[in-house]
Amino acid sequence: MAYSDKVIDHYSNPRNVGTLDKSKRNVGTGLVGAPECGDVMRLQIEVDETTNTITDAKFKTFGCGSAIASSSLATEWLKGKTIDEALSIDNMEIVEELALPPVKIHCSVLAEDAIKSAISDYRVKNGLPALEESKAHH
Amino acid sequence: MLKLPIYLDNNATTPLDPRVLEAMMPYLTEVFGNAASRNHPFGWAAEEAVDYAREQIAQLIHCDPKEIIFTSGATESDNLGIKGVFEMYSQKGNHIITATTEHKAVLDTCKHIEKLGGRVTYLPVDGEGLINLAELEAAMTPETILVTIMYGNNETGTVQPIREIAAIAHKHGALFMTDGTQAVGKIPVDVIADGIDLMAFTAHKMYGPKGIGALYVRRKNPRVKVTAQMDGGGHERGMRSGTLNVPGIVGLGKACELARLEMVADTARLSAMRDRLEASLLELEESYVNGSREHRLPHVTNISFKYVEGEGLMMGVKDLAVSSGSACTSASLEPSYVLKALGLSDDLAHSSLRFGLSRFTTDEQIDYAINHVKEAVTKLREMSPLWEMFKEGIDLDKIEWAEH
Repeated sequence: MAYSDKVIDHYSNPRNVGTLDKSKRNVGTGLVGAPECGDVMRLQIEVDETTNTITDAKFKTFGCGSAIASSSLATEWLKGKTIDEALSIDNMEIVEELALPPVKIHCSVLAEDAIKSAISDYRVKNGLPALEESKAHH
Repeated sequence: MLKLPIYLDNNATTPLDPRVLEAMMPYLTEVFGNAASRNHPFGWAAEEAVDYAREQIAQLIHCDPKEIIFTSGATESDNLGIKGVFEMYSQKGNHIITATTEHKAVLDTCKHIEKLGGRVTYLPVDGEGLINLAELEAAMTPETILVTIMYGNNETGTVQPIREIAAIAHKHGALFMTDGTQAVGKIPVDVIADGIDLMAFTAHKMYGPKGIGALYVRRKNPRVKVTAQMDGGGHERGMRSGTLNVPGIVGLGKACELARLEMVADTARLSAMRDRLEASLLELEESYVNGSREHRLPHVTNISFKYVEGEGLMMGVKDLAVSSGSACTSASLEPSYVLKALGLSDDLAHSSLRFGLSRFTTDEQIDYAINHVKEAVTKLREMSPLWEMFKEGIDLDKIEWAEH
């Protein structure tokens, strides 16, 4: 399979690989995908509660190059965004940025899902209702 | 300087040995005759070359030169053997026994036989990829005309107990066929001692050219016949029509001769290299050899690296040309059916790499491959949430994954 230069770059030099302390109240964790499906993404955000801004984002992904690149890109985009801005990230933006082929669109869907799942976790921790069902579940 | 990528996919195909090419060259140039032309020296020269190649092949597998039917390759040989026996012996019965880990050339041919009204039993294999002899015996019926079980597996290298299988088939009056594609030229294959009635094999897995293979068809004790699957000039004792591929046949012959003369030395060198590669990669935690380590081709190892994903792994080992048990580059996410048959879970099957060494593989290449794979697996695990969970002692089977 031919990967775009951007996918190869994110795969070779992934940004923000790591783990945040999930016990902290201002850290939201999203774990999406399943090992049998060949992709598991864990995306975490740390939020400044006064400004509602994402100050840090980390990921770990078990998956193909496109899945790794999608989650790596997502963490890059999340930093500095407000929660509302983060919620507006659409998987098709990831597809465009990384030039993902049609068979890899699900990787971007999973990344969007991971973002929403992390935000949902953060909301629940802070007494807000969870977000609705995400895109990938069907 | 090491040339990259390094080719370690020799179960897919091998490079042509320069000595084979040298033997073929005259037959690609000045000696161009049709081996079936009886009236002039051009034909005679071609026929002589073909006869010589038959001798070279016969010496390798211990058969009579007349028992070699040339084909376009192992796939055609598998088709000819199975379909040919099914048609020829239809009076006797319609039952064929094979195994779930066979090559598609056998499995899909068997499916075709089922469509024609035949009955096929697909024997399961154990965790090492070996069939169970008692199960084979139990599957035999008076209608069983053929047992076809591969010699060595293309994905794992597992070598089946051929002699025992042949004995069971014969005891019940059935013929025994084997797909010898991966084994012939690599380990001693003796059709008489092994009790083989039909055997498919090909040149390009043993440093010969592509597009030429053969079906061994036993001529006595018993005399086996197959119904031709291609109609025409009645070449190859009427079993396979079509002008003989003389340069290819010369190449197959030479490849067999070299395999016979160099097998002992090649096996010693390759198995030592393979064992070193395997031992080094098994130093990585949670890595497992797939297939039998005891009954195995000398140049193959298939290893799964748990908690890394197959396609990501393939991308990480870009300096190596290897195969993976993962088919996720295609639209389907189906992992290798061979590894699944051994009882591997989907994720473990996906994260496997198959290494096939060749006569031309060097120690330097193996050193590079070891470091390259170790680096890739380590890096991907550092990036893998599953690896982190495993390290924290979390049982991944107990997690309710959001299936998608």
